[in-house]
Amino acid sequence: MFENLSDKLDRAFKVLKGQGTITEINVAETMKEIRKALLDADVNYKTAKAFTDDVRQKALGDNVLTTISPGQLLTKIMNDELTALMGGTTAEITFPATPTIILIAGLNGAGKTTFSGKLANFLKTQKNKKPLLVADDIYRPAAITQLQVLGEQIGIPVYANLESKDPVAIALEGIAHAKANGNNVVIIDTAGRLAIDEAMMVEIEKVKSAVNPHEILFVVDAMTGQDAVNTAKVFNDRLDFTGAVLTKLDGDTRGGAALSIKSVVNKPIKFIGTGEKMEALDVFHPERMASRILGMGDVVSLVERA
Amino acid sequence: EKTKDNFFSKITKVIAGKSTVDDDVLDDLEEVLVTSDVGVTTTLKIIERIQARVARDKYVSTSELNTLLRDEIQNLLAENNSNDFNSFEYGNQKPYVIMVVGVNGVGKTTTIGKLAHQLKQAGNKVVLGAADTFRAAAVDQIQLWGERVGVRVVAQAMGSDPASVAYDTLRSAVSNGDDVAIIDTAGRLHNKVGLMNELTKIKNVMEKVIPGAPHEILLVLDASTGQNAIEQCKQFTEATNVNALALTKLDGTAKGGVVIGISDQFKIPVKYIGVGEGMNDLQLFDRKGFVNSLFNK
Ligand SMILES: Nc1nc2c(ncn2[C@@H]2O[C@H](COP(=O)(O)OP(=O)(O)OP(=O)(O)O)[C@@H](O)[C@H]2O)c(=O)[nH]1
Ligand SMILES: Nc1nc2c(ncn2[C@@H]2O[C@H](COP(=O)(O)OP(=O)(O)OP(=O)(O)O)[C@@H](O)[C@H]2O)c(=O)[nH]1
Ligand SMILES: [Mg+2]
Ligand SMILES: [Mg+2]
Repeated sequence: MFENLSDKLDRAFKVLKGQGTITEINVAETMKEIRKALLDADVNYKTAKAFTDDVRQKALGDNVLTTISPGQLLTKIMNDELTALMGGTTAEITFPATPTIILIAGLNGAGKTTFSGKLANFLKTQKNKKPLLVADDIYRPAAITQLQVLGEQIGIPVYANLESKDPVAIALEGIAHAKANGNNVVIIDTAGRLAIDEAMMVEIEKVKSAVNPHEILFVVDAMTGQDAVNTAKVFNDRLDFTGAVLTKLDGDTRGGAALSIKSVVNKPIKFIGTGEKMEALDVFHPERMASRILGMGDVVSLVERA
Repeated sequence: EKTKDNFFSKITKVIAGKSTVDDDVLDDLEEVLVTSDVGVTTTLKIIERIQARVARDKYVSTSELNTLLRDEIQNLLAENNSNDFNSFEYGNQKPYVIMVVGVNGVGKTTTIGKLAHQLKQAGNKVVLGAADTFRAAAVDQIQLWGERVGVRVVAQAMGSDPASVAYDTLRSAVSNGDDVAIIDTAGRLHNKVGLMNELTKIKNVMEKVIPGAPHEILLVLDASTGQNAIEQCKQFTEATNVNALALTKLDGTAKGGVVIGISDQFKIPVKYIGVGEGMNDLQLFDRKGFVNSLFNK
């Protein structure tokens, strides 16, 4: 839809230039176009507003309008700003203890169980770890079987207790099991829960305080719309998570939720999910996400060509 | 319900202390609509209609804004959401075949479990087809739902051809004299051409058992999805002629506003809404109710 944002902006600026004087009002018109593109990419309403205000300042400062291709330069400015906003560099998982405990949390259907499998596989194959998966979702029908099937696919043990209805106890049992069996990472898959479901939020707080995780990853569907900020904020307020994971980026969503999450809770996005298979996991690259949100291929080369 | 209160209080804030609908009010209104995922295009459409009304009627008090908005949004949902769906009973076709499609994790299987429960409660004999043979434990999941609500499930081994499962299910439904057959499918992203073709094939195979089947192709949308839902609707409709929508997870804080634009653009009715994970948490979509719930306490 917005493959050619920079073309559009160029056109908008041509009209402006024709008007002679360059005023703040002219730029404001163009910013409307940009704001619409951001909102269509599901960037949070307030974030989009703040962002376009910043870019406007910067554009006026850099005398964007006096260049030959103002649209392209402006697009580059935006791309840089977005990249910076999303963290600039890649944030990695650390292993401060043995076993390192990683708690996975998020809304229903976001991709937690799939990600748990992918992460275990990643740590085993890329980081030479011996992970244990813990099936801590006692609610969803066949949630435990789902994790067990994935564990089997990737050759990772799964701790489950089909008799128990107590996620805190199961998590603790899982950690004890890991210690007894020489697993140096424990990944705890939890049930999907709504941020406003008080009982379920209290439950995961209890799991957290019982197991003292070194890493808490908030898994979020990249297709999420304006609600992403509310959800990320509540999960962060309750759990103080250490990073986010964006799933289903193999789709064609612009993924503006990434920007919203980063700007609201200021936690790094650590991984992205790019498919249903256990190998479909990547570390997060802010600059690629920025181009995606703006809806263009390689901005830098675009600008260089100009 | 917290979500709706939230929306209402925002609207109230918008109009508080103002006696006419001026540009400020419309700007604030834009924020309310956009943050409910209504999308810029549809929001502008609604606002333009309101501006037109304001221009025509010269003076519109803010107390009228609420009614105006309700009218305009209902109009967007209007033509295609008749009052046909006022019970969980179906008409003439027997078995009535429902095929359920959608992207990953939106709530297809859960919606099927809940729908089976409702249909059974309404006195129907229901059979489910486990045609998601791909996702880990998908067959187990739907079988557990079948047990939970007491309906039959036709399944094959994981990894088998989903079209073959759909075929088997309809054959079984016919010979068993079932009233309704519901076919689950694996979640798939709409930009995956191969998977979308597979869906067309699953659909086409049903026609061979029962002419006219599937009678209902239900696209499940997650209420928290943003503007991507529009593309989902477009692509799934191209692959399978979607003729009904279900909107899930409305018990959360997401508003599901994207269906307003979808309903307007594609003329596909929203038929069901999901409001929880339990078997009773499915409701028939009620246009008036949906719009009112956005604005009412
Ligand atoms: N295409 C794609 N599908 C994904 C990705 N990650 C997860 N999925 C799919 O999304 C669906 C939901 O994934 P799950 O891992 O079951 O999600 P969950 O968060 O554990 O769900 P609950 O436990 O029910 O809350 C499944 O169909 C997964 O195969 C991804 O990166 N890309
Ligand atoms: N709160 C809430 N959760 C729901 C609702 N509908 C489904 N869910 C949950 O969403 C998650 C995913 O549901 P599924 O039915 O497995 O989704 P699906 O579309 O079949 O997923 P795939 O087959 O993997 O693509 C589960 O945790 C469900 O319990 C709803 O209306 N409200
Ligand atoms: Mg899960
Ligand atoms: Mg399913």
